[in-house]
Amino acid sequence: MNFKFEGKKIEGIVSVVPQHCVKFEDEIANYGFSEDKCRSLQKLMGFGERRIVADKECGSDLVLHGLEHLIRTGKLDKKEIRALVFVSQTPDHFMPPTSCILHGKLGLGRDVLCFDINQGCTGYIYGLIQSCMILNAVRDGKVVLLNADTLSRRACRFDRNIYPIIGDAGAITVIGNSPQGRDIMAAMETDGSRSHWLVIPAGGFRMPSDQQSRQIKVLPDGNRRSDDDFFMNGSGIFTFTQTDVPASLRKFFADGDIQVEGIDYFMFHQPNRFLLEKLARKLNLDFGKVPANIVEKYGNPSSASIPLTICHNVREKILHEKLRICMAGFGVGLSWGSLLTDVGPLSFCELLER
Amino acid sequence: MNEVISILTVIRPEVDFTRCDDFIKEGLLDSLDIVTLVAELEDRLGICIDGQDISPENFKNLETLLALLRRYTVL
Repeated sequence: MNFKFEGKKIEGIVSVVPQHCVKFEDEIANYGFSEDKCRSLQKLMGFGERRIVADKECGSDLVLHGLEHLIRTGKLDKKEIRALVFVSQTPDHFMPPTSCILHGKLGLGRDVLCFDINQGCTGYIYGLIQSCMILNAVRDGKVVLLNADTLSRRACRFDRNIYPIIGDAGAITVIGNSPQGRDIMAAMETDGSRSHWLVIPAGGFRMPSDQQSRQIKVLPDGNRRSDDDFFMNGSGIFTFTQTDVPASLRKFFADGDIQVEGIDYFMFHQPNRFLLEKLARKLNLDFGKVPANIVEKYGNPSSASIPLTICHNVREKILHEKLRICMAGFGVGLSWGSLLTDVGPLSFCELLER
Repeated sequence: MNEVISILTVIRPEVDFTRCDDFIKEGLLDSLDIVTLVAELEDRLGICIDGQDISPENFKNLETLLALLRRYTVL
């Protein structure tokens, strides 16, 4: 499905990462590979440091920290908030919606719309589209998009396909209507026939968590995890990112008559360096315009990856300049999407620790 | 052929790849092994394998792997 929104302004972005930092080299013994092989993977995939939450910290704690900072420093006026859109696969509870919990903690008014979207690596694109749809109906005020995931709490520390790449983060994006606003073009696709390729099998109502589901099993390839843990069909997902995703981006560029040379940055979801370099090569993109440094610094934080990529790489520049940015998210669902807009100069762009 | 076997043996020294029909089904190569293998092949053979070709079917056994490499170089 294609979308076009007019007169929308991304006013600011804040990313929040946990203070707790773990290093790949300290975890090598968990993965059952030789040290040489781990070093080689470290270089290829970009394994380095990751930020993950400690104990029972939630995604909502990360974004609440950022929201309180914005309100305290006068960058966000609570009275202007018309809606909270919380995108996550790791809510505080099955019920109530985490957006309502945040609404209560912030002390927002009763006329503020709150809802949660269950989405992962495409979640920033989903969230921006949803925010723009709300803004089309509510002409004044701001929509606050919140992306937060703490998937490290559902990843088996022995699973070498998942654990070395997973990071936790939150992100806040404030969007409004404005006469100086820009067009936002987007395209989304879904293929639910491959929904089992990225899944946490147990813990919901289909397969409740029990003693058996919590048991860590040794798989035929020597990898280990339980049914309560996050599973990824690594080979299948890699192929998906090298076939469906570039084909979709090419169609997006063609349908919108988009001049790829005029794009300043390709802020893509951050699964790992190897995959992003192959994707950039396949699309003949200038590597300098495709940051691929988030996994090595923070880990892959699911739907918060695109705003974190922006905050890490261009937070000074985007305060002073307008940047034409193409975003792409791809993952759980399977879902994938592209978005193009001009962003900046922003009122704020920050990277915080909690 | 020998070069490919030598790389595979570095990745999984305990396996005799000449005796296996399906590296993936038999659990001998996982997705991270394939990444390591691709990087090593690219480095040693001076090729760049298209991401679309990095799929389990092309890494099933020595025959499919050599067929893939023939599309990029002369072995």
